[in-house]
Amino acid sequence: MKRNKSVLLSVPYILWMVAFTLIPLGVVCYYALTDPNTGEFTWSNIAELGTFLPVFGESIGYSLVSALLCLVLGYPVAYFIAHRKPLTQKLLYMLVMLPMCMSFLLRTLAWVALLQDTGIINDFLEMLGLARLPLIRHPVAVVLGMVYNYLPYMILPLYAIIVKIDNRLIEAAEDLGCTPAQTFVKVVLPLSMPGIVSGITMVFVPAVSTFYISQKLGDTGTFLIGDVIERLFKQGDNANLGAALSLLLMILVFVCTGIMNKLTDSDGEEMVVV
Amino acid sequence: MRKLFVIFLVCLLLCGCTVQPDNQPDQSGTITLNVYNWGQYIADGSDDSLDVIAAFEEKYPNIHVNYSTFDSNEIMYTKLASGGITVDVIFPSDYMVARMRKEGMLQELNFDNIPNYKYIDETFKNLPCDPENKYSVPYTWGTVGIIYNTKYVDEEDLVGWELLWNEKYADKILMFDNSRDAFGIAQYLLGYSVNTTDEKELEHCAQLLAEQKPLVQQYVMDQIYDLMENEEAWIAPYYAGDYLTMADVNEDLGFYLPENQGFNLFTDSMCIPFCAKEKEAAELFINFLCEPEIAGANMDWICYGTPISAAKEFMDPEMVEDPVSYPAQEILEHGTSYDYLPPSFSRFVENLFLKVRIS
Repeated sequence: MKRNKSVLLSVPYILWMVAFTLIPLGVVCYYALTDPNTGEFTWSNIAELGTFLPVFGESIGYSLVSALLCLVLGYPVAYFIAHRKPLTQKLLYMLVMLPMCMSFLLRTLAWVALLQDTGIINDFLEMLGLARLPLIRHPVAVVLGMVYNYLPYMILPLYAIIVKIDNRLIEAAEDLGCTPAQTFVKVVLPLSMPGIVSGITMVFVPAVSTFYISQKLGDTGTFLIGDVIERLFKQGDNANLGAALSLLLMILVFVCTGIMNKLTDSDGEEMVVV
Repeated sequence: MRKLFVIFLVCLLLCGCTVQPDNQPDQSGTITLNVYNWGQYIADGSDDSLDVIAAFEEKYPNIHVNYSTFDSNEIMYTKLASGGITVDVIFPSDYMVARMRKEGMLQELNFDNIPNYKYIDETFKNLPCDPENKYSVPYTWGTVGIIYNTKYVDEEDLVGWELLWNEKYADKILMFDNSRDAFGIAQYLLGYSVNTTDEKELEHCAQLLAEQKPLVQQYVMDQIYDLMENEEAWIAPYYAGDYLTMADVNEDLGFYLPENQGFNLFTDSMCIPFCAKEKEAAELFINFLCEPEIAGANMDWICYGTPISAAKEFMDPEMVEDPVSYPAQEILEHGTSYDYLPPSFSRFVENLFLKVRIS
């Protein structure tokens, strides 16, 4: 009796999933397996995926680098916030969230205005009598754009985990003669692992399918898989190939997050669900 | 069984698509006319121009214009073809008029509602893209040339479309972000027809575009305005009329038409697509834009050539004389227009362009 009731509770979510995830997924599969010209069944879209493997590789490379950089930058911030007074914590938490209130397209365009050859930074350098620097249209600018946009997704889950670490465990480690460095490596870091995994996942997944950032901040050589898919749907008039690429991207994301979960699945606690 | 399942899924999707905001009259009796046009392609009241849409709404107070813009014919086509939107008036270029007409995506116009059609010059009636002139009313015409910054680009480098491949200007060159215009330039440079369906020739063009890629700063459409005006880029192929708009802001900009190699001569028309809900209001709108006085004021702002000679007397005389908007007849003879290509073929070109971009 009790069990039946809890099943009922999940009905809205199941309906939501079916309507907005499962059915669209079916349509994506349908498109991926049909010919854009004749509408007949074909494997040709799948066969063409091979051409795009280097683009997938590049996209995964960019997002892994961005995710790791986010971790390096975000961990100290999350640690810092978690060790403030509760009220300060709330304020800092809000500040981290604040940039997310603005459209990421606008934020990326703002970077363009800052970095471009005739942009604000270069105008300022010239005013000081210094030479203009080539800041934009470089892989580093793309990574910068990704890290900037996705950093909050790293800090927030890290903070949520670190703040829950029981202070008595740290005290115990210190009592037993650990140096601060040992305490961190042996106690704090392992306990914040779930946060690290979900942080990396939360940055990696949107970054791997990102578009626009690479178009605006990269050179003509950085054309990532998100850009390819956007182009196929928006003006390539080839939703079928676009659907096939989306499917492959989805599978890759599942595999990547699966590997990450497996690597850190020590006690099955705090699993990351994508 | 699997087939049935797929059909079921698609049906569900289609049901979702047909539920769309309709533009039926509301309580006050106003109807909404959805106009879908190129960016920067109608006088909007800035720089002392006429606000064409406001003037239309003033004349027809029961019609509210919902105006939105697109960047290229291909984006507009894809958006309409994928369905789910209501658009009453579109402004496709010649080759796109032909494609949409052949694919049944255009409605026949009722010319009784467009009496101002009589002002359209005879040379712009019955164009090859609409030989019986049932589906389209010409809006503008123009050429594609190279806009360059005279401060940075040497006159002696203006030798033809090669300018866009000149390594001296690496990272300062912009390129079209649509396959038809990008391939067109490669075709003029290589001496191929812009309407070729020879796959070898197109692959050769793709190779040329791939060689150009390292020199290209960005592939853009309407972002070109900012980039050229602020001198972030120095060289860009674009539509002649837009050059005049940019030159108003930055007077160092020049326009170069590689007439010996050939260039694109285009006509953009007004059409009513299959998904239109307010055909009559759409025809009123088209008719309004053909009014010589309105057309003249409009062309003064968008700077493209007008197919309505009667409009010229309402225009700034300087604009009518401008050799960029109205090149001499002997120059125009070197221009060619893009013709219809079958969809499977334009997909092939699009795919080649994508390969260039990921190369």
